[in-house]
Amino acid sequence: MQGFIDNLIRGWGYDPASWPWTQFVYVAFMGLFSFIVINFAAISGGIFSWAERRIAARMQSRVGPNRVGPAGFLQWIADAVKLLFKEDLIPAEADNVLFRAAPYFMMVGFACVFVALPFSHRLIIADMNIGIFYILAVTALIVVGIIMSGWSSNSKWSLFGAIRSAAQIISYEIPAGMALMIPVLLAGTMSTQGIIRAQGPWPWQWFIFDDPAATAAFFIFFISALAEGNRTPFDLPEAESELVSGYNTEYSGMRFSYFFLVEWGNLWVMSALAVTMFMGGWQVPFLPAERLDALTGWAAFFAEVASVLIFALKTLFFVFVVMWLRWTLPRIRVDQMMNMCWKYLVPASFVSVLFVAGWMLVVRSAPAVGIAMRFLLAGAATVAVVLFVQRVAHNLRDTGDKFDFTSNW
Amino acid sequence: MSKPLEVPTMDMENKEVLRRIEIGGDMLLNMGPQHPSTHGVINFLVQTDGEVMKRAIPEVGYLHRSLEKIGERCTYNGYMPYTDRVDYIAAMFANQGWAMAVERLLGMQVPRRAEFCRVIACELNRISSHLISVGTMAMDIGAVTPFPYALREREFINDLLEELCGARLTYNYLRIGGVAFDLPSGYEDKVSAFLDHFEKILDEFNRLITYNEIFIKRLAHLAPIPAQMAIDYCLVGPNLRASGVNFDVRKALPYSVYPDFQFDVPLGKGEVGTVGDAWDRFWCRVEEMRQSCRILRQALAQLPQDTAIMGKVPRKIKIPEGTEAYSRIESARGDMQYYVVAGPGENAHRVKIRTGSFTAMGIIDALSRGLMIADLVALIASLDVVAPEIDR
Repeated sequence: MQGFIDNLIRGWGYDPASWPWTQFVYVAFMGLFSFIVINFAAISGGIFSWAERRIAARMQSRVGPNRVGPAGFLQWIADAVKLLFKEDLIPAEADNVLFRAAPYFMMVGFACVFVALPFSHRLIIADMNIGIFYILAVTALIVVGIIMSGWSSNSKWSLFGAIRSAAQIISYEIPAGMALMIPVLLAGTMSTQGIIRAQGPWPWQWFIFDDPAATAAFFIFFISALAEGNRTPFDLPEAESELVSGYNTEYSGMRFSYFFLVEWGNLWVMSALAVTMFMGGWQVPFLPAERLDALTGWAAFFAEVASVLIFALKTLFFVFVVMWLRWTLPRIRVDQMMNMCWKYLVPASFVSVLFVAGWMLVVRSAPAVGIAMRFLLAGAATVAVVLFVQRVAHNLRDTGDKFDFTSNW
Repeated sequence: MSKPLEVPTMDMENKEVLRRIEIGGDMLLNMGPQHPSTHGVINFLVQTDGEVMKRAIPEVGYLHRSLEKIGERCTYNGYMPYTDRVDYIAAMFANQGWAMAVERLLGMQVPRRAEFCRVIACELNRISSHLISVGTMAMDIGAVTPFPYALREREFINDLLEELCGARLTYNYLRIGGVAFDLPSGYEDKVSAFLDHFEKILDEFNRLITYNEIFIKRLAHLAPIPAQMAIDYCLVGPNLRASGVNFDVRKALPYSVYPDFQFDVPLGKGEVGTVGDAWDRFWCRVEEMRQSCRILRQALAQLPQDTAIMGKVPRKIKIPEGTEAYSRIESARGDMQYYVVAGPGENAHRVKIRTGSFTAMGIIDALSRGLMIADLVALIASLDVVAPEIDR
């Protein structure tokens, strides 16, 4: 975005390097961009809350919210208004300051991620050369908020949720971080845009199909992201049937909704990160990144729109997958959760990193092997998808169910 | 000179937990009475060290409504609606237990068609009760989707029972000497259409949750109850049969027209874990629904065509004072027993109801030691306790 502002200043007839007001323009635009990004985060979180409720309802043969606006789409606004007007209760025994501050820590940790997340070829707030490192660092702030809320609530159930969550998020950051190192290795950069540029638009050019270890790394990352986002099957910190509501039990009103805003907004973050690192990000078919750079005028605009759409569609697909998992799977137990992390995911992620490092040497000496492996893995994935569709069709036939996407909207 | 009465001593630890005193460095957690997964108003005093429980003591009595005492104040017929409230998830069985007990006091026979109506209503009710049980158990493990699936099927049964007796939850369908209403016209076809649909849904349910890998990992080997222990703690119904003990009142002490039907008694086999673990208890209930479908099909096929649905019952039921009667039926939660002593007037002198949930609460303390909090939730769900049936 710095380049965009510099160009703007040049357009006004000043040289950004020597013009004394450059810094002020930077600050003004920073405020504007952070406003836009926080709104994007909040609104996407709100819309996901509606989407999740509708999708869950479909999966459970219910109807879901369908009264406010078309197909109930405005339900999230109605909910937000209701939560704004509710009394902000603070338990008498709670630690007042920490209790009030905790949701903001969560919001800050969550909103900061969007600084380094790309939206398209040009749309990114700051394309930092340590983008991935930055994202991993700021997401850790969320756990501070969770522990603060659990501890300050002065309730045993909240404390249980907070301690579970601390153990879970800190543990799963290790495999997540190691798995993210694989695209970094493959691309040779930590910048999110640089990693997307190192991939291509077609599936066999994505990092997920680079080699078996990269595929494994994608799944390790995805599982860890589920755990860090407190999503089923790792929703132990807010396990309704065990801990009432976990760390946010004592919250009410808007403070309560912040927790859920973060949870739903996190869907976008984890999905966008997966798409960026493993799925080729915003790469447009038939338009390599270099040609995108060179485009000007309307052609550049349409190419930009295309790249936004491609990125958003891939991300929304993963958002759907996460919701789908949530309404399908049971929850695992605390010891199983820790076992899975330390006994399986952590060693597997280390092995994957070593394998990819070795594989890169192999590909450097024999590039044909690398290309063959990419096609092989992409082909295997296609076969898996076909088998899955067949299985679903078989199950549907077996039960005599019918698809019904039209009624009850 | 008589010996002084020996006061049973309670170990100190037990006493302190019950007085809500935290022992040593352990945390004392009140799980309930308003906890979402205690299946009603029950309190569990959980002595825990972090996630691992030292023990969990169930504290019952929050839902006591003196139903047995009410039974002594009401006329025999007037008590029937109250029995619905003994176990509101499977009210038909409580109706039947009471009806059978009073019929034995009167020494009367029930018309055969009425017995078939009773069996059809009871087996439909057993399916709906087990659906609630398996659905909530899946939800307690964290899988929310099986619960609406189970409730959707239960709605069909509720519709059928509503057509039969006008009520969806507290049926009050049985009468002393028979049933209140005959089957509506076309009822047989509706029930068999439902059964055709439901047996497929059971397979789908198995695919959805029963054999889910995480579900098995959570429940296999969890809180296994050996056969002897199950007998020692007086467990009944699916909880007992999951431990491999073949005792079903419908088979062991046949009543009504159950001897006319062919059905199996599903026993826990430890298919994925130990015999008598939580998964076996879940599986037993799923299989019992299948067997109930079998019984229903046979009952519909053999339904007698005569029209009498009420036996000859005196308008005012007066039974010689001191006459005793005892009835045992296989309710959805197991062996349900009514013990009635006739009083001088038109009401009983003593009514005692023995229910499965109450004894199931007793084993929780013994099983809970060393489990995790998440397991306690699964354990309570697997025993399928229903709060009103515990306290009555």
